[in-house]
Amino acid sequence: MLKFTFRGVRGSIASPGPNTVKYGGNTTCIEVRAGNELIILDAGTGIFPLSQTLSPEFPLTCHIFISHTHWDHIQGLPFFIPMFVSGNRVKIYGGQDPVTDKGVQEALSRQLEYAFFPIREAELSAELEYISLSENQVVNIGDAQVTSVLMNHPAINYGYKVTCGDKSLFFTGDHEWPPNIYQPDDDDYQLFEDHIAQKRKSIIDAVSGVDVLIIDTAYTDDEYPAKKGWGHGSFSSSIAMARDAGVKHCFFTHHEPTRSDRDLEKAFHAAMDKHPGQPGDPKFYLAQETFTFEL
Amino acid sequence: MSELHQQLVQMVDKMPAFPGSVNRILQMTSSIDCAPKDLVQVIEHDPVMMAKILKLVNSAYFGLSREITSIKHGVVFVGLNTIKNLAISIATMGMLSKTGPAGLDMNSFLRHSLGTATVAKLLGKRLGVASDRATDYFVGGLLHDIGKVVFAQFMPQEMERALKRVEVENIPLPMAEMIEIGADHAQLGGMLVEKWQLPHALVTCIKEHHSQEWNDNTSEVLDCVVAANIIIKQIGFGCAGNLLEDRLPDHVAARFGMELAALRKSMGNLDEELEKANAFICI
Repeated sequence: MLKFTFRGVRGSIASPGPNTVKYGGNTTCIEVRAGNELIILDAGTGIFPLSQTLSPEFPLTCHIFISHTHWDHIQGLPFFIPMFVSGNRVKIYGGQDPVTDKGVQEALSRQLEYAFFPIREAELSAELEYISLSENQVVNIGDAQVTSVLMNHPAINYGYKVTCGDKSLFFTGDHEWPPNIYQPDDDDYQLFEDHIAQKRKSIIDAVSGVDVLIIDTAYTDDEYPAKKGWGHGSFSSSIAMARDAGVKHCFFTHHEPTRSDRDLEKAFHAAMDKHPGQPGDPKFYLAQETFTFEL
Repeated sequence: MSELHQQLVQMVDKMPAFPGSVNRILQMTSSIDCAPKDLVQVIEHDPVMMAKILKLVNSAYFGLSREITSIKHGVVFVGLNTIKNLAISIATMGMLSKTGPAGLDMNSFLRHSLGTATVAKLLGKRLGVASDRATDYFVGGLLHDIGKVVFAQFMPQEMERALKRVEVENIPLPMAEMIEIGADHAQLGGMLVEKWQLPHALVTCIKEHHSQEWNDNTSEVLDCVVAANIIIKQIGFGCAGNLLEDRLPDHVAARFGMELAALRKSMGNLDEELEKANAFICI
């Protein structure tokens, strides 16, 4: 059994309010149930509403996979209630920062410094464990496997493939296909294009054939040129990736914080009109907070 | 050597880069509009920056599925911002002094490294190497003498004595280094980059560029670096403290189908290409 629930679908900053009631204002967090295991993808503010539902399962063991340590993906961690209750086990996985050479532990321990939060890491009652992942590492969790795939973002960002039996999903975290830093008439343009094609192939190969793709789709095609290099995808790039990887279902997420429910739906329909359905196309959806999908 | 090697490996992590690139990186990255290709170009022309960044992108966390041999590949593989921040973190370590404590003129050394890189790439292209592989030839030339900077920086007195011996006794630098330090710069550089898991072809270039057993352990890129090293010394573009050599090793000559003088002549005037390299020497 593999099912998931969106607990936060917003990018960059939480954006509650009357304009985001339908799709939700919390930042990225996905609750995944794989057999008897609880796997949580990212710890944005959406992890707080999730954590409020978990007390019936105490003492619990859960596995939190952090795509990258930008705020909107870690900000809910200090409010993850199971960490305050003894008997619970919380395992946190993520990449190593090559610039500071620090592991994923930093994401939590720095937020729990005196100036930022009243409780220190040492005072958390649950059993905590940190695991730094390398690229293409497979983590076995009960009947499930989670594989890290290096994506492209202005920080080391792992996408995660979660497989359980014959079901699978892939979550990109934040991702933009690397833009070419050269102009077409530069000597190095083609060489750089070749590197990009190689990177694209390695990611598509990793995603290929999953049942569900959950993908960063921050921008409309009109918005993207002004945001190129910021590390996020657009409706067109997400649709292309879903088609190339041959997935069955594709959920657009990381909604722009300024986009109202109405504008989000308008953007979605415009993208669908721009890319009319083809035979074998995935089903496309807007990720919506509290929505559950069972594979 | 192993104990010495261990000490040097630890110290190298703190080794700063060349002044020109440190200044440029700090200046360029103070603007949010810093052009990525300019940043990449600066990194590609500094042996220390290049070696350190290749070390990180080839580390066990990332490099297991492929070898990253160039900064451009690194940019696509781990992301532009990560490469940029790695460069900034190296730049903030300070900079090598223009005249190293061992008396090795760092501008002259850098000129020699860049010159060797430029000529090695031209020689590679001449042998029909595709443009995506030609970069490896440039990197091989750029890094071939990296062991010298490490000696100069961390064993300045011994290195100074070795350089003196070259001058007074007219012996090759690797021999003088063996006498004074117990290891030569090719061995040390080779061991460093091997430990850093840099691509095998690059390790060989650094480790074997003075080897007497070339015939058994040769490759096209190594032969190009060996030839480029000899040519650039003859031209007198920079200096890295070693003696001039007046002939190519036999198998290198055989690869190009000609001896040193003919090869040099056949390459025509290199001034324009070398002038591009000059632009990256100290500002």
